[in-house]
Amino acid sequence: MSIDVRARVFGDDVNTDYIISSRRKRETIDESRLKEYLFEGVDPAFAASVLPDDVIVAGSSFGCGSAMEVAVTVLQAAGIRAVLARTFARSFYRNAINNGMLVIECDTLPIVEGDRLRVQLDGSAVQVLIPARGIVLNGAPMPELMRRILESGGVVEFLKREGSFR
Amino acid sequence: MAEISDAGFPRTISEKVLSSHCGHVVQAGDTVVCNVDLVLGTDGSGPMAIDYFERMGGERLRHPERVFFSLDHYAPPTSPATRAFHDRIRAFASRHGATVFEVGDGISHQVVVERGLVAVGDLVVGADSHTVTCGALNCFAIGVGSSDLAAAMKTGSIWLRVPETILVRLVGQRASGVSAKDVALALVARLGSDGANYQAIEFAGDLADFSLADRLVLSNMSVEAGAKAAVFPHDDVTSAWLRERGGDRGTAVTADAGARYAREEVIDLALLSPRVAVPHAPHHVAALEDVAGVPVHMVFIGTCTGGRVQDFHEALAAFDSAGGRLAPGLQLVLTPASRDVHERLLEDGTARRFEAAGAVLTTPGCGACCGTSGVIPGDGMTVLSTANRNFKARMGNASASIYLASPSVCGLAAATGRITVRPVAEVA
Repeated sequence: MSIDVRARVFGDDVNTDYIISSRRKRETIDESRLKEYLFEGVDPAFAASVLPDDVIVAGSSFGCGSAMEVAVTVLQAAGIRAVLARTFARSFYRNAINNGMLVIECDTLPIVEGDRLRVQLDGSAVQVLIPARGIVLNGAPMPELMRRILESGGVVEFLKREGSFR
Repeated sequence: MAEISDAGFPRTISEKVLSSHCGHVVQAGDTVVCNVDLVLGTDGSGPMAIDYFERMGGERLRHPERVFFSLDHYAPPTSPATRAFHDRIRAFASRHGATVFEVGDGISHQVVVERGLVAVGDLVVGADSHTVTCGALNCFAIGVGSSDLAAAMKTGSIWLRVPETILVRLVGQRASGVSAKDVALALVARLGSDGANYQAIEFAGDLADFSLADRLVLSNMSVEAGAKAAVFPHDDVTSAWLRERGGDRGTAVTADAGARYAREEVIDLALLSPRVAVPHAPHHVAALEDVAGVPVHMVFIGTCTGGRVQDFHEALAAFDSAGGRLAPGLQLVLTPASRDVHERLLEDGTARRFEAAGAVLTTPGCGACCGTSGVIPGDGMTVLSTANRNFKARMGNASASIYLASPSVCGLAAATGRITVRPVAEVA
């Protein structure tokens, strides 16, 4: 499977409070209402600028800080299809898989804002291409159980179908 | 659970705990499904977990007696929406037989630790990133999101990648005036924001001088370096503390000689001096001297990092050493990590002395830490705090600057109005 996407580039250490403020989720956990506050503290214009094929591209430790799951569901509600980062905070990574959002760990340094990317998924192998510059980036492989959860569309669908993890 | 012995290779504490919880011998890098001993939700993560649980078709909790919800992030609720979150959790817990720690009981991982609900060797899963705190009790404790919590509620289990372990060896003797918080800040600075990502930390070395409260601080802040879990070995400090709370259960888990570590970090305690994390990240750490003189408008003493009895005592001693009066215009906010902490501060007079000096004492819980309850800093204010995170807008105002330090550095600044280095004579 391959998808063509547009890169929206962020730096290192994007913590979950930057993605969506803990204060905002006091009033609602409905991601369709929270999405207008996406990245409000670091890039207030971002939420309104998301196009349907946008992905987030970040440096190290994306999603660090709180383990709050709205950090994933709000990105999804805003139309973000995937996140590529050099490294993820593990809690964000798990939450993404559990919600069926593609997360790819790869060297994101060559990617610049607005780059058109082609993401290729073949079993456990993931590649990110920057066709305009002929660059190929290899994503870290994902353990089988994680891949099965992701391919199910998330942990809810996975457990509904399988009943348990075993 | 009983330890699986004779694995055929030497193992870390994490490998042993996860082996015993999945029923076969595992090693770093394996993906496993483990049984969970304790499932902790909060009012922040719980409502969403209930949503996931219901969408999974969950009809009952696999082990209701292992499921606890703490109403700690919105304590007390300040809006109809937050009150509704609480009521939803109460109704769910009542229907399914789970336990609720009420508003004012305290922070989830603090309450289970002080009530003896965590046993050594346990696997603790909490939908709060600071669940790692429990690792101080020689158990494997991880923070997860709401969906993992829901899955653990429904299945009694969790999938995990067995982490590699970084051995953090603390050697030597701390100078007087150097607290566990200073060690924690030095560790986070050393590792960086993702230096322990996907990995566990195992503490070793000269630990006898680290009280259990000290250990909770170190395990707690390990997550600021990305650590999945942060485990202390079992020793006399552990068993004495647990015995006092009726929780001396479980089997001590010891790393084998020759266990494989991803790497070893040695921290020479004798060389450490007080540290301060500067805006806007906990791994941006300076020596206290380098930030001395920064004017402070609000001091916050509380949270799962710095809201225990020992922290308030250290803060008060420093506050008194500088005259025991609030600096003009400074706001001092105190939030005990739990009701138990609060009661002890009432009994021993600490609360009264702080309040008489003009401090505001708020409901036990997370308080002002993440802007969800309690005091929000004003525009442009500088906050000095015993908490664990100083991200921009963390406390609810993006224009505030947050510095993180030990309770005694915070107590001193409350009296002087500035980040202040205590004279060496007074430290001694």
